[in-house]
Amino acid sequence: MDKFLTLRGIACPLEMENVDTDQLIPARFLSRSRADGYGGFLLHDLRFDAHGRPRGFTLDEPRYAGASVVVARRNFGTGSSREAAVYALWDYGVRCVVAPSFGDIFSGNAVKNGLLTAVVPEPDAEALLAWLRHAGAPELTVDLEGQTIVGGGLPFTFSIDPVRRLRLLNGWDDLDLTLQYTADIAAFREARCKAHRWAFPALPPVERDGNARS
Amino acid sequence: MSSAPRTLFDKVWDAHVVAVREDGEALLWVDRHFVHEGSHHAFRKLEEKGRAVAEPSLTFGVSDHYVPTLSRPHIADPEIAGMVERLNGNAARHGIRLFGLDDPAQGIVHVVGPEQGLTLPGLLIVCGDSHTSTHGALGALAFGIGASEVAHVLMTQTLWQKKPKRMRVTVLGRLSAHVTAKDLALSIIASIGAGGAQGHAVEYAGEAVSALSVEARLTLCNMSIEAGARCGMIAPDMATFAYLRGRPHAPKGADFEAIVDEWRGLASDPGAVFDREVAIDARLVEPTVTWGVSPEDALPVGGTVPHADLANPLRAKYVAEALAYMGLAPGQKLTDIAVDRVFIGSCTNGRIEDLRAAAAVLAGRKAVVPGLVAPGSSAVKRQAEAEGLDRIFEAAGLTWADSGCSMCVGMNGDRLAPGERCASTTNRNFRGRQGPLSRTHLMSPAMVAAAAVAGRIADVRTLAGEGQ
Repeated sequence: MDKFLTLRGIACPLEMENVDTDQLIPARFLSRSRADGYGGFLLHDLRFDAHGRPRGFTLDEPRYAGASVVVARRNFGTGSSREAAVYALWDYGVRCVVAPSFGDIFSGNAVKNGLLTAVVPEPDAEALLAWLRHAGAPELTVDLEGQTIVGGGLPFTFSIDPVRRLRLLNGWDDLDLTLQYTADIAAFREARCKAHRWAFPALPPVERDGNARS
Repeated sequence: MSSAPRTLFDKVWDAHVVAVREDGEALLWVDRHFVHEGSHHAFRKLEEKGRAVAEPSLTFGVSDHYVPTLSRPHIADPEIAGMVERLNGNAARHGIRLFGLDDPAQGIVHVVGPEQGLTLPGLLIVCGDSHTSTHGALGALAFGIGASEVAHVLMTQTLWQKKPKRMRVTVLGRLSAHVTAKDLALSIIASIGAGGAQGHAVEYAGEAVSALSVEARLTLCNMSIEAGARCGMIAPDMATFAYLRGRPHAPKGADFEAIVDEWRGLASDPGAVFDREVAIDARLVEPTVTWGVSPEDALPVGGTVPHADLANPLRAKYVAEALAYMGLAPGQKLTDIAVDRVFIGSCTNGRIEDLRAAAAVLAGRKAVVPGLVAPGSSAVKRQAEAEGLDRIFEAAGLTWADSGCSMCVGMNGDRLAPGERCASTTNRNFRGRQGPLSRTHLMSPAMVAAAAVAGRIADVRTLAGEGQ
């Protein structure tokens, strides 16, 4: 996974609460292969009508073309566990979402794909939204090390879970880390088999003398 | 282990910790991993890494999200057929037990798990679906995960997690007649908000929760994610053990009785501390319906669609946009909202008790709008047919279908036409959830049945008093 250090880019304001996963990517696209890219599905039904014609949604305004940051209201990414919501943002080119709060599963999925979810207090989110709406150059600079967002001369600080911050800064992959614990996992499994054999449905129950029934 | 009083959540969490990193994240052992057609991204990651499934015997496949509910086994849409076939292939390749399209135990994963006795108290259960919170109703720690995590569990049978905070929702008193777990869940979400339980593991407790049937508890825990919770849990009790006894994959005979003793310890200790406590008075909960585009937009059925709150411009904008999408006017009575269609089913309300409740309202009556009834599992379908419920639904004019996620997810062919309004027993009224431009009103199965009869949102208590 790529490291996330700083980002400078066009930021698009989404003046909406509860931007749920069904908005981020409608369910009918979830069967598609990632190889074809998910960027075209991002916020699809808010952006396009039934005939695929643009509705003039904010993200498609020329001033926000190529946005790599999205700023929104509370509870961004609420809803389903579909990681495709992150894929759609990522493949579109978004690397950071700024909001007062995020759905838990969404923000977990985000970090695993290198997408930063930056939490700011509601008044700051509103200030950013208002500024981006009218800024001549709607650009933000996001610094993960210093946890700051700078735009229009205004510096904001954001919060992020320290573990997720480290993971993004270092581009760590969970699996590589877990493989260092292979022996611990094997030992845990063996102990659990002994103490809670019932939790393993494929294992035959144990007789009182401790031998497995055939 | 510390001797300080622990919550139910802490007990199950602690029992699954393989290791704790310096930064505090824990590596957790997974007892049950459910995969479905939508898990294809994770299987692809597995292939890319060239790895095998670590514990095929703890991994279970279920065909539910994409399966058609009409005209089975034929699948008309090649893309959908491809999704079902891909899961078949992955399950066969990796030696995973699959509850596939032709399996008599097929159904929605969150109905199948408990029904088959795969979901047991004290287990840690994950699935690439947010409504995995359902399984917590039996005292399991169960939560939804994304595709990267699904791949990680497939490869290692473990998962890194940060310990959530604890929250207890205590429901005092008893629910009134015709008021269900669905109404309770919607009331809780309306009260604390769709993000109200973010970062928390929720335990439901109190007299009203103890009085719920196990199936009703599954409905309550199912909706935990709609309040933003990481999971929902209920301490197992006599009702739980009675529900599980004799289930196909549950321990049997003397083994079962011995394990029940272990399970009895799965309750929050007196004095266990929760980070947040919420109390709800069950007697004040009424049949509840949603009016907007988030489950938090819920009101008692006797209420009116909200007006824009001029004192709060943000809220005013939210309400105005939601009402514009839903095609509703401020101040409109909820019971004046005409519906085009009804849907009964889903992991929230597709179990036999749900179908019985809907059928009790529909018996001897006619639906004035079309509707679909999709049982939560093939076993539920057989049970309903044995009880004659299918004939009640069909006599009322509704379509009796096969089991699957159906009209809850909008990805299997069952969906609303643009602009259509549906009274639905499902869990999400998001924009477009039941198809592009669909309008969803969430409510209980009996309330959906009442809406079918009235052609508009209706108070089931009024209908119940009318006679037939």
